[in-house]
Amino acid sequence: MASRNFLKDFPIFHGKPPAYLDNSATTQKPEAVVRAICGYYGGCNANPHRGVYDWSVKATKIYENARASVQKFLNAKLPAEIIFTKNATESLNLVAQSYGAANLKAGDEILITISEHHSNLVPWQIVAKKTGATLNYIYLAQDGNLSDVEIHRKLTKRTKILAVTQISNVLGLINDVKTLAAKAHEVGAVIVVDGAQSVPHIPVDVQELDADFLAFSGHKMLGPMGIGVLYGKKNLLETMPPFLSGGDMIEYVEEQDTTFAELPNKFEAGTQNVGGAAGLSAAIDYLQKIGFDEIARVEKNLTELAIDALKKLPYVELYGCDSERDNKIGIVTFNIKGVHPHDVATILDAEGVAIRAGHHCAQPLTKYLGQTATCRASFYFYNTIEDVGRLVDAVAKVRKVMHLD
Amino acid sequence: MLEEIYTELLAEHSQSAENRRALVNPTLKEHGHNPTCGDDITLELEISDGVIKDAAFTGGGCAISQASTDMMIELMRGKSVAEAKKLAELFIAMIKGEVTDNAELEQLDEAIALKNISNMPARVKCATLAWHTLDTALGKA
Repeated sequence: MASRNFLKDFPIFHGKPPAYLDNSATTQKPEAVVRAICGYYGGCNANPHRGVYDWSVKATKIYENARASVQKFLNAKLPAEIIFTKNATESLNLVAQSYGAANLKAGDEILITISEHHSNLVPWQIVAKKTGATLNYIYLAQDGNLSDVEIHRKLTKRTKILAVTQISNVLGLINDVKTLAAKAHEVGAVIVVDGAQSVPHIPVDVQELDADFLAFSGHKMLGPMGIGVLYGKKNLLETMPPFLSGGDMIEYVEEQDTTFAELPNKFEAGTQNVGGAAGLSAAIDYLQKIGFDEIARVEKNLTELAIDALKKLPYVELYGCDSERDNKIGIVTFNIKGVHPHDVATILDAEGVAIRAGHHCAQPLTKYLGQTATCRASFYFYNTIEDVGRLVDAVAKVRKVMHLD
Repeated sequence: MLEEIYTELLAEHSQSAENRRALVNPTLKEHGHNPTCGDDITLELEISDGVIKDAAFTGGGCAISQASTDMMIELMRGKSVAEAKKLAELFIAMIKGEVTDNAELEQLDEAIALKNISNMPARVKCATLAWHTLDTALGKA
């Protein structure tokens, strides 16, 4: 089945764009998202939740409609369970600093996986040091998936928080969060899900997963930078102390004491990113019009083409590509023997192919894989078979440019 | 563009093993690191009477960072600390595009081959890592 050409919906792809294969880092924005942001700033920009005049009322409406749109998108029970943040990183810091610091003590354990992005790792290191809790890691099976033996051994009554990515940003492998949530709840732990790589690519239903917290960024799913989401179960969010404090998150402020606003405002201090929320809402509409079945179909096709073609090159080493293919989204991580990933990325750039090289904000995983850095090509539904061809052709040139062949 | 960067000379220097070792009696040892891309070197210097008698490095990274380190070591061997500091500053100025006069840059010997990196902002850190590391080390001499 031929894919619909999505490229025309994206102003940045008009003309002669590069093969943009760094979608795990950030995605491009369709016209509809750009229009929603311009529409807000050009039509009714005002501080929400405050003014009684028309523009402020409209700004409030746009912001709260965006919250309702995210709530439906994630199938959360209540709009109050959707907290707007800057990005997934801020969302995870919020949970670590607020829930973690208030609920952890010496002897407790935080359990994460070796595949975590630094944003779901460093905040836990910090809160572990602060509270005296221990930070433990689940390591991987041979194929790159989480080891069941490891999960069984490390998830215990001492575990208070299990923080896990739904999809690794390096390997692209999908973790079975629903099963992990059930196991965490059995031992009395809460589960924090990093959805930064999953929410843009697969349907995520927080009630079905029974996730206690879930974080994601708008910019990795066609939305603008600077808007992200933390989903949290109401009963947990209600007991948590504020993360940031100041304007808009208060009820009454006296000289020495303050009572805090109800959810979700308790966690949204200061003027919020209304334009960003408008853009995110438009991005959700756009994605839902395409549908996640179609998104998965296109990405799977591109990923398989890329893996199969790269496997034919004897000097290419692939990571996380031996797993069941249905358990993987469009991330292909590789190295070219004898060439540092940064040199690969420079050479590919000259060929009009944009990939990421480095540790992808997952240094412990890169080290665990026995590498200092890797190359990563990551797809989104708007990528084409031609993009894969350009990638493979460019990879085939690298060793020659480096005077190795 | 690429041919001007990934030259035979750069390939030779990035793969050369001669300066990739630990010194027996280093008087200075400095670690240099580009956290975003993972270039990581440890530079060792043997300085006596204000002169760099020997230099070597261990570590890893991209071809540009490794070749640049290798070229720097060959340039610095036998130079006084004061000369070495000046040359490091000159190299960094060249990569920043602040010094473009080839006559002046000839003092950098083979490292002048990296001049074009000044047109590649994403790789500037790779090229200057060793030279910044040297500068830090010599600050302690």
